Amino acid sequence: MAKKVLMKGNEAIAEAAILAGCRHYFGYPITPQTEIAAYLSKRMPKIGGTFLQAESEIAAINMVYGVAATGKPVMTSSSSPGISLKGEGISYLAGADLPALIVNVQRGGPGLGGIQPSQSDYFQATKGGGHGDYHMIVLAPSSVQEMASLTVKAFELAGKYRMPVMMLADGTLGQMMEPVSLDIKEAEKFDTSWALTGTQMKRKHNIVNSLSLIPEELEQLNFERFKKYEIIKENETMYEEYLTEDAEICIVAFGIAARVAKNAVNSAREKGIKVGMIRPITLWPFPKKPLYDLSDKVHTFISVELSMGQMIEDVELAIRCKKPVMLCNRAGGCIPSPEDVLAAIEKANKNGGAL
Amino acid sequence: MSTDKILIAGFGGQGVLFLGKILANMALQLDKEVSWLPSYGPEMRGGTANCSVIISDSPIGSPIVTEPDCLIAMNLPSLLKYEDIVSKGGKIFIDSALITEKSKREDVNAYYIPATKIAIDLGYPKLSNMVLLGKIIKEFEDFNLDTVKAVLETTIPPKKQDLLKANLEAITAGYNY
Amino acid sequence: MIVFEKPKSLVDIPMHYCPGCTHGIIHRLVAEVIDELGIEGKTIGVAPVGCAVMAYNYFACDMIEAAHGRAPAVATGIKRANPENIVFSYQGDGDLASIGMAETVHSAARNENITIIFVNNAIYGMTGGQMAPTSLPGQVTQTSPYGRDVKTAGFPVKVCEMLKELDGPEYLERVAVNNVVNVKKAKKAIKKAFTNQLENKGFSLIEVLSSCPTNWGMTPDDALKWIDTNMIPYYPLGVYKDRSAQNKEKEEL
Repeated sequence: MAKKVLMKGNEAIAEAAILAGCRHYFGYPITPQTEIAAYLSKRMPKIGGTFLQAESEIAAINMVYGVAATGKPVMTSSSSPGISLKGEGISYLAGADLPALIVNVQRGGPGLGGIQPSQSDYFQATKGGGHGDYHMIVLAPSSVQEMASLTVKAFELAGKYRMPVMMLADGTLGQMMEPVSLDIKEAEKFDTSWALTGTQMKRKHNIVNSLSLIPEELEQLNFERFKKYEIIKENETMYEEYLTEDAEICIVAFGIAARVAKNAVNSAREKGIKVGMIRPITLWPFPKKPLYDLSDKVHTFISVELSMGQMIEDVELAIRCKKPVMLCNRAGGCIPSPEDVLAAIEKANKNGGAL
Repeated sequence: MSTDKILIAGFGGQGVLFLGKILANMALQLDKEVSWLPSYGPEMRGGTANCSVIISDSPIGSPIVTEPDCLIAMNLPSLLKYEDIVSKGGKIFIDSALITEKSKREDVNAYYIPATKIAIDLGYPKLSNMVLLGKIIKEFEDFNLDTVKAVLETTIPPKKQDLLKANLEAITAGYNY
Repeated sequence: MIVFEKPKSLVDIPMHYCPGCTHGIIHRLVAEVIDELGIEGKTIGVAPVGCAVMAYNYFACDMIEAAHGRAPAVATGIKRANPENIVFSYQGDGDLASIGMAETVHSAARNENITIIFVNNAIYGMTGGQMAPTSLPGQVTQTSPYGRDVKTAGFPVKVCEMLKELDGPEYLERVAVNNVVNVKKAKKAIKKAFTNQLENKGFSLIEVLSSCPTNWGMTPDDALKWIDTNMIPYYPLGVYKDRSAQNKEKEEL
């Protein structure tokens, strides 16, 4: 394995994108993700790539749309308020079936909110964000190493399924440094015969488009896209299971919350409490099956989130409300402490599944 | 299996984050697990800055330090804000050139180093963080001067080798204090 | 002897434009230029939101549909990814001068090596005749039923005049398509704008004064006359910026 280097999460995303083969980046400054832009502004010109600081988030995502239409790997990054602005472009990417990576290093909201870490864009990322019937694949790293490896994965998934993929990180993961191995291969390439390259007078013109004025035709396009989504649910759902074999309580947490929760799970285990954790790595598709499978064995689920409780709704749906789901959360840029999570575990242990 | 949770705090511009970076890189040199987490915000210069470093033999869960085993206080507000949360038997390093008060904790090991004065006397007024680092290296079993030298050699670009000399001098002064 | 042909880079299907609309003429001019320069195989066009939304069906080159106002950003992305392609956007006044103003100004400021065909007919056509950023003072539209009152609705945006103050753009010209002479001039300008891109000179924008008989509530003939009597006095025709020519002049001095 290659020697590890210390890198910020934001920088790891940027370097991994280059190693994955991405040569085009468009962005607009916003805390706490600006290191991605800063890093790529240094690197891209030296490797014949594009770094462009756009006039707005809206322009940036539409430049991404342009590159994506040429079939080349492309990305943008931002933080919560900026992602709202990109919503339009993301919907168009989905509607035109174009591959792209959008990184959201979340901060607290709503509105201008704050600049401290948050997970309160969960709904926006997993339920739409932009208009229309669509999904993005949403990846939730919980370490700097994963920010690198999931970046490559994101380009592969985007290319394979021709759709936008979002990396949903947060300010802590973006800003923290950890040792990371950059032993990364270029992302797998996929068919791009649909892309805009000029006809070279050898084929009929390709059209990249999301407009369809005949309802029955548009409906059919939606049906087909959702068939693709079913395949993705089947094949691409990712999660980590931690100490769930004998668990009576199951934590569900992603990203930075999962790291905090892991400390609490370990402390609770030392106290003899049978607690485990499911960490969704894909937030869409959500790991419904492992949660449902656990719902017979576990008496309580605890959703640990840096929001007012968004993922908890997916947990309840996944287990079809068979067991109580507690919320252990902080919001607005605050992070639950391991002690907060341990207290929730102890409460669940005491109640034994009673509401 | 041991874990060191270190919290470094001071004014922006004192080199709080850089000190943390060097510690983290030293841990990496020793093949340990490590995380480095800065406070980030509008306080780019002159405000308060702090940085959490966790060094461990096993994978690190939360990178946030809520109960430091080691506090490095580079100004008085930082000492007042954080000394209460230092774990029992932990260490507190204090720049006694800037902080004239003593720690009120009796169950920790407090080290008083007039780092800013030593740095000024050496002719490197900006390197009080490296003076403190010298003392930290002395008090931590795992670290030694060779490790930090190796780290600085890779961290400081070849064009700025005069900085390497200055940093090593400051570290050595702190180590020998 | 062939006296009339459809340009090869136009697809042979009926267009959806209203009778008397000059979009057809402008499409044709763009297509003729693409044919004459022999660049159909490497050209990529960006369609706007507005009346020309379905231009992607009409041009035979590769085409993409952009979100409202974002065509210059989309064109920027395509050109940066594929510099060997010739990239043009085709946009209306609402698209370019209202919702997409930031993209217009900044692509010009960056001197993006793209070609923009800006169709100014002083009204929102597709949505049924609302006030455009380029509607004239006093002009009656669906959303300025008492005539555009500059006290509340502000003044029209003069795109060429505004962009010429930037150091970025290479070429800016305003033309009209309301008579044969003007149509010929318009074609020359469009050809210049594509040639500039081929020569890597950068951002070229051709503003084409166009008619909208349907939403202006006029016969096609009256609409063409209205361009002469009302639009051209407010939006004078001519070259607003030609950096290469200006540089050449300076050298000669």
